[in-house]
Amino acid sequence: MFATLVDRYHASLVRVAMHHVPSRAVAEEVAQETWLAVIEGIDRFEGRSSFKTWLFRILLNRARTRGVRERRTTPLSSLSTEPEDDRGPVVPPERFRGSDALWAGHWAAPPRRWEGESEARLLAKETWAHIDEALALLPAAQRDVLVLRDVCGLSGPEACEALGVSEANQRVLLHRARSRVRASLEHYLDDDTDSAGGVA
Amino acid sequence: MIPDHLSCRMLVEEVTEWMEGSLPADRRAELELHLVTCVGCTAYVEQLRQTSRAMAEAAQPDDEVPSAEVRSALLDLFRRRRPPDAVS
Repeated sequence: MFATLVDRYHASLVRVAMHHVPSRAVAEEVAQETWLAVIEGIDRFEGRSSFKTWLFRILLNRARTRGVRERRTTPLSSLSTEPEDDRGPVVPPERFRGSDALWAGHWAAPPRRWEGESEARLLAKETWAHIDEALALLPAAQRDVLVLRDVCGLSGPEACEALGVSEANQRVLLHRARSRVRASLEHYLDDDTDSAGGVA
Repeated sequence: MIPDHLSCRMLVEEVTEWMEGSLPADRRAELELHLVTCVGCTAYVEQLRQTSRAMAEAAQPDDEVPSAEVRSALLDLFRRRRPPDAVS
């Protein structure tokens, strides 16, 4: 039972922790500490939340605490700058027709379908590093929601409970985060297609 | 015909509410009607879904996590802390 849990969740724990601490080695330590806390606390786990929620809540608490502590001893240059001012549209307005144009507000530069070569590239291992970079550039609250939802596969209610945010807030954070990563991937895949000879 | 009151520009801001099932019924119907007729928004929604899938895919545990040492150390700890009949 415990072995199954470790196999199933350890990689996800390390991945979530990575976004809070400066290195993989520290993330691995945080994940291991989380398992120790699970072992110690399993008798107190009352099943009011799902095990997954409980597990990730422990991990996030530890990863944040550890992240703060590590930063005190880490050069400032390694701190990510967090774009907290984040109220603008998720797609740049210039991609839509202007308000005085026919079909105002409809696509002027619609997205391309990701199929064929684009889709293959999307799922290629090289793209993983790009996804990680895009995640790293998100404000922390957005990143936590997106990682729990899309990377770790938690449901909306589970993510709310693990993070202690309301459902409405969770949806706003998810929306902004996922939209940004999409935009980043679009940029990456389209650039790539263009440089490969303009295959549309 | 695409309804004038839900533009593509608005759809991209409401689409997560729709995907999460939290859009009011009338707005949901409007959005779904828009998608039937709008190639650009259909591609956009599909890209969002593909983005989600790509993130899940990128998270598949690789063979180095957890390492064999970590795994067996954790299992040892668990066995020592729990009565034997609780371990499987």
